[in-house]
Amino acid sequence: MDKPFAITLNPGSSLANHTGSWRTTRPVYVDRLPPCNATCPAGENIQGWLLHAESGDYEKAWRALVENNPLPAIMGRACYHPCEGACNRNRLDEAVGINSVERFLGDEAIRNGWRFDKPAASSGKRVLVIGAGPAGLSAAYHLQRLGHQAVIVDAAEHAGGMMRYGIPKYRLPRDIIDAEVQRIVDLGVELRLNTKVTNLAEAMREGFDAAFLGVGAHIAKRAYIPAGDANKVLDAVSVLRGMEGEDTPLLGRHVVVYGGGNTAIDVARTAKRLGAEESIIVYRRTREKMPAHDFEVEDALKEGVSIKWLSTITEAGESDIMVEKMALDANGFPQPTGEYERIEADTLVLALGQDTDLSLLENVPGLVTGNGIVQVDATMMTGHPGVFAGGDMAGNERTITVAVGHGKKAAKAMDAWLRGEKFAPPPKPELATFERLNTWYYSDAPKTMRPVLDIIRRQSTFEEVLGGLDETNAQFEARRCLSCGNCFECDNCYGVCPDNAVIKLGPGNRFKFNYDYCKGCGMCAAECPCGAIAVVAEDI
Amino acid sequence: MSFQPIKFYQTGTFTVGNRLLAPQERSVQAGEKRYNSLNSGHRACQGCGEALGARYAIDAAMEACHGKLIAANATGCLEVFSTPYPETSWQIPWVHSLFGNAAAVATGMAAALKVKGQHDIRVVAQGGDGGTTDIGFGCLSGMFERNDDVLYICYDNGGYMNTGVQRSSATPPAARTATTMAVGTEPGNAFGQGKFVPAIAMAHEIPYVATATVADLRDLEYKVTKAMSIRGARYIHILVPCPLGWGTASQDTIRMARLAKETGVFPVFEAEHGEVTAVLKIRKRLPVEEYLKPQKRYAHLFGKQPRVDTIAHIQGLADKNIRKYKLLEEGI
Repeated sequence: MDKPFAITLNPGSSLANHTGSWRTTRPVYVDRLPPCNATCPAGENIQGWLLHAESGDYEKAWRALVENNPLPAIMGRACYHPCEGACNRNRLDEAVGINSVERFLGDEAIRNGWRFDKPAASSGKRVLVIGAGPAGLSAAYHLQRLGHQAVIVDAAEHAGGMMRYGIPKYRLPRDIIDAEVQRIVDLGVELRLNTKVTNLAEAMREGFDAAFLGVGAHIAKRAYIPAGDANKVLDAVSVLRGMEGEDTPLLGRHVVVYGGGNTAIDVARTAKRLGAEESIIVYRRTREKMPAHDFEVEDALKEGVSIKWLSTITEAGESDIMVEKMALDANGFPQPTGEYERIEADTLVLALGQDTDLSLLENVPGLVTGNGIVQVDATMMTGHPGVFAGGDMAGNERTITVAVGHGKKAAKAMDAWLRGEKFAPPPKPELATFERLNTWYYSDAPKTMRPVLDIIRRQSTFEEVLGGLDETNAQFEARRCLSCGNCFECDNCYGVCPDNAVIKLGPGNRFKFNYDYCKGCGMCAAECPCGAIAVVAEDI
Repeated sequence: MSFQPIKFYQTGTFTVGNRLLAPQERSVQAGEKRYNSLNSGHRACQGCGEALGARYAIDAAMEACHGKLIAANATGCLEVFSTPYPETSWQIPWVHSLFGNAAAVATGMAAALKVKGQHDIRVVAQGGDGGTTDIGFGCLSGMFERNDDVLYICYDNGGYMNTGVQRSSATPPAARTATTMAVGTEPGNAFGQGKFVPAIAMAHEIPYVATATVADLRDLEYKVTKAMSIRGARYIHILVPCPLGWGTASQDTIRMARLAKETGVFPVFEAEHGEVTAVLKIRKRLPVEEYLKPQKRYAHLFGKQPRVDTIAHIQGLADKNIRKYKLLEEGI
């Protein structure tokens, strides 16, 4: 009791006062689903790999990327990047150039010879993968990583499927395909080329426990067009495939392409590159209704391709074609007008869509086909147990990225099926919408950086001629990511808490709340730039 | 420029920390081992701007003088909520002065340290707007006039909040308080002449005067650090929104401070020897309604018949700040 005059208590710290008891709501850290990830058909964790690219750890970024997609260099060129359309940054200035960063990472991986992590312990199971296109490659890659032996069989001379035989070189150079396929083969996947499977049941007898079908859609759809003897009517599939051979197709000086999809654009741009004076796309509806992506149309127009909207071809003559004008009716369907026009044409290329060759599936019990595609359930399994399918043959949305997504989904379901389980996809977190962000904290790009940014855009959306990003602007572009819904360790919550009730756990480990002192004011959640803190009611 | 120069990063430039910055470029508050001069367990209301501002400012001052700091604290919210006997939230040597003499007590401490030759130990005085602009004003002016080696920090929440929200000379016009009720033809606080103590401090031509808000931590830390690098009388006036007195949601404290700055209601600048040397520009100019509307103390302006005349008057005061302190970029 050695205390000064009038002092009866020892000095104490306010830490004795647990203000957490005041709380009626509590903040909790959450990981929400960024719109890019939600939109990616291949199920990439885009925000997750951009986070590593931001700090310049490109290998870690690439490894995070290939967790879901083994073909980043191909994706970075040929993917139609719906992620960028969904990007929340669109509402601030412009979307993050996800596709261009992906390409940069893919190219870095090829340049540095990065290999995939070795697969899990072998399960002893063997899976037959038919088709070395994006779906088959993706399925084989994921199966191999899960410990199963994947054997890819393809009828063509080279692997890649439609990526090689359908996408022009100016969009996707072949050495890129070779490099990314080789990396999958190096993982232990067996690749048998020049081997056509004509009977699935027979092929399975070699000792396969399951099969994945990814044969694609290679048969061009035809339309009946009365044609004279001398004219040349070709189909888009054979024109594009012909580009892979020794002799490029002879299309002549005036080329007309009939159709409105991305394939029609590819053919028209290819024709232009082959030296056609005129390359005209004839499409029966309007630009808004065109299935081709707008930036592809834009690129084609810039390259000198012309497009005749609201037109159908009624007749193909010796050196010209007859086109009939159409008009949209009240329901938006094109109707003939009776007005005709002749267009000079040495070649008419039909790009009216593709069908799948389903002949190998005859006599497979339980397997159902319809509308030209194989019917699959939510886990990509066909009606025949153990036979899965994906890519162009199993869906109507036919892009490389969708195919890669199918391959991954099927591989996970096959893995479960091979272990006698049923695949249950993990629950999806809540979407990280723009409204959940506090965009005050994201700075605008200074004006001096704008020209660089514009070049980035051009490089990322144009043809191969322009090359990719270099390290500095790839990192810049990655750092434009808002990290929607996922903590990027900006320290805001740690800083703004008036009660020091946020504990910083150190680099890479994020933060946690000290509920002994958190009064539940909600400031951390309000000032979190990326919406990674939720406020929930306290049980009282 | 008045704010801490930061390398260009697209994400997190305005955030507290940012993992992409080198450790020496991060704010004091981002440090894992920051001082936490005002520790947990204090009894400030949920979302208290003053508790936040005090920790920001004193931590930065502690960092600047390597932990050798003594504080004199005027009576007010900050003193009441941080030191109910026998507990204290302060992790620094801290003296509770009277309501009106924090500046004089700090002057005395600075004089004593000078006599003892302990030049490395620095002194701050701190108080709310009541203790600074009303009750302690005489002592404060004396401290300025004598150029005593003290940094005085005023946490301005615009009223006597812990005694039940009474008007102070820093209460803004038209605001409702317990003593300026929203009744009569001119409800709320009178427009008056205004009493902006930073301008009065500048009139003393002391070495350093600055204003800051809790919405811009980096700016605040920069100003405290700069003030600590100067000897003589220094004054920093920090706007700290008060959820209780302003009638705002507890999570909106920082947002309100940000709106005060972005509307021009509260000019953020620094001045040396009586002249403004730098201002924090408005990033996205907003009308004053954006700032007034979320506050219940201005609810009477937005009733069935909005008081557009009063709002226009407040807008006029904000516009005057913008002109006077050149808060917008030239040509905008």
